[in-house]
Amino acid sequence: MDVTSIVYSALSIGGLGLVFGIGLGVAAKVFEVKVDPLIPIVRDALPGANCGACGFAGCDAYAKAVVEEGAAVTSCPVGGADLVVELSKIMGVESIEMAKHVAYVKCQGTCDTAKEKYIYNGIYDCKNAAFLQGKGSKGCEFGCLGYGTCVKACEFNAIDIIDGIAVINDNCVACGQCVLECPKDLIEIIPEDKKVRVACASQDKGKPVKENCSTGCIACKLCEKACEFDAIKVEKNIARIDYEKCTECNACVLKCPTKAIIDYRQA
Amino acid sequence: MEFILIFISAVLVNNIVLAKFLGVCPFLGVSKKVETSFGMGMAVTFVMTLASLISYVVYNMILAPLEIEYLSTIAFILVIASLVQLVEMVIQKTSPSLYQALGVYLPLITTNCAVLGIALINMNKGIQTDGAFGLLHSVVNGFGTAVGFTLAIVLLAGIREHIEFSPIPKYFKGYPIVLITAGLMAIAFLGFAGMIK
Repeated sequence: MDVTSIVYSALSIGGLGLVFGIGLGVAAKVFEVKVDPLIPIVRDALPGANCGACGFAGCDAYAKAVVEEGAAVTSCPVGGADLVVELSKIMGVESIEMAKHVAYVKCQGTCDTAKEKYIYNGIYDCKNAAFLQGKGSKGCEFGCLGYGTCVKACEFNAIDIIDGIAVINDNCVACGQCVLECPKDLIEIIPEDKKVRVACASQDKGKPVKENCSTGCIACKLCEKACEFDAIKVEKNIARIDYEKCTECNACVLKCPTKAIIDYRQA
Repeated sequence: MEFILIFISAVLVNNIVLAKFLGVCPFLGVSKKVETSFGMGMAVTFVMTLASLISYVVYNMILAPLEIEYLSTIAFILVIASLVQLVEMVIQKTSPSLYQALGVYLPLITTNCAVLGIALINMNKGIQTDGAFGLLHSVVNGFGTAVGFTLAIVLLAGIREHIEFSPIPKYFKGYPIVLITAGLMAIAFLGFAGMIK
């Protein structure tokens, strides 16, 4: 055993490390990419779901847009109000109150209440089914087909198919992916605290609605007359609630002859 | 002629992935799209060629004269790790989109056994041929091996892009079908065996 071999090996490997280290140090200066130190901080605060609901390509792109282009800190629906507070702290802007939103499926035409026109045996997907004659097998052209295209689009396991229609559960973060996917445009993003909602999207007149579904909106305008706050309007044969005016007094819920308006506090 | 033989041997006959089964991790991991897999291939080509060159110099100029050849693995890893760092910086500067697409696989070139493998194979060939397998041979071999890697990964990526649209049984979806495809490709490349002695 020779001491020199130990010294040689230590020196040679150490020397190599030193040379490469210096080389890398120089290269780091030459190929320096300037990154705003705020970007990684904002990126860490974001949920990291990369769902694209903010309108940017993903959390990285949104973080970059917030820091460099001054994009709004309220764009991320997944993080909700907590995230807005945190982001505004990081960016030093005034915090804005943001109400929590959820997605809502405007249909309650379940297997029991809605009729089918024919038996659909094709690809198990709403978009495919909706291409067919009569926009799918459901008697109502506007109703939920229940083949779960929205379920596949949801990254948060927030949609279940119950009794043949899509139902949003508590996991919903209002990212809006299902809204884009639904071929019937049935899903809407609405304020979570507004519990009185119209559970129908049919733009048919009263008679065909009645023929196809026992709980559809027949555009009878009883709700419009019952509302004291001018918050519900029947347009294009469908009742629509203005959530800013609605006080959830339940007058319309009680009047609706087909139970198409639902108070979810009781349900 | 000699170099052409070494090159073809490295690309086809002794393809690093499909005949030697080294570097399978990035082969399966970054072969989803042709574009990114080609970028990965280019990064590996750069690292492998330079690693062959520098590891040859390190081995013959430093380790062999000092008779500390047993440190070759450590020294080669040092060389490769530094090179990968360099490549990472260059790619981040020149092509942020490729940097994003390669993601974690870029630093993982450091642990890509194909790169270390080719440095050690070059070293062994040099010892076996008593130094006749020289610097240029090593570099050509390293470059050829990297081209072989790029060829294999781009081919697989091309096949995988088509698999996406094919009706495959549910249980084969994802990695099972990719592993089967890779296995079939390896069998196909077996056809080159014995072409060059």
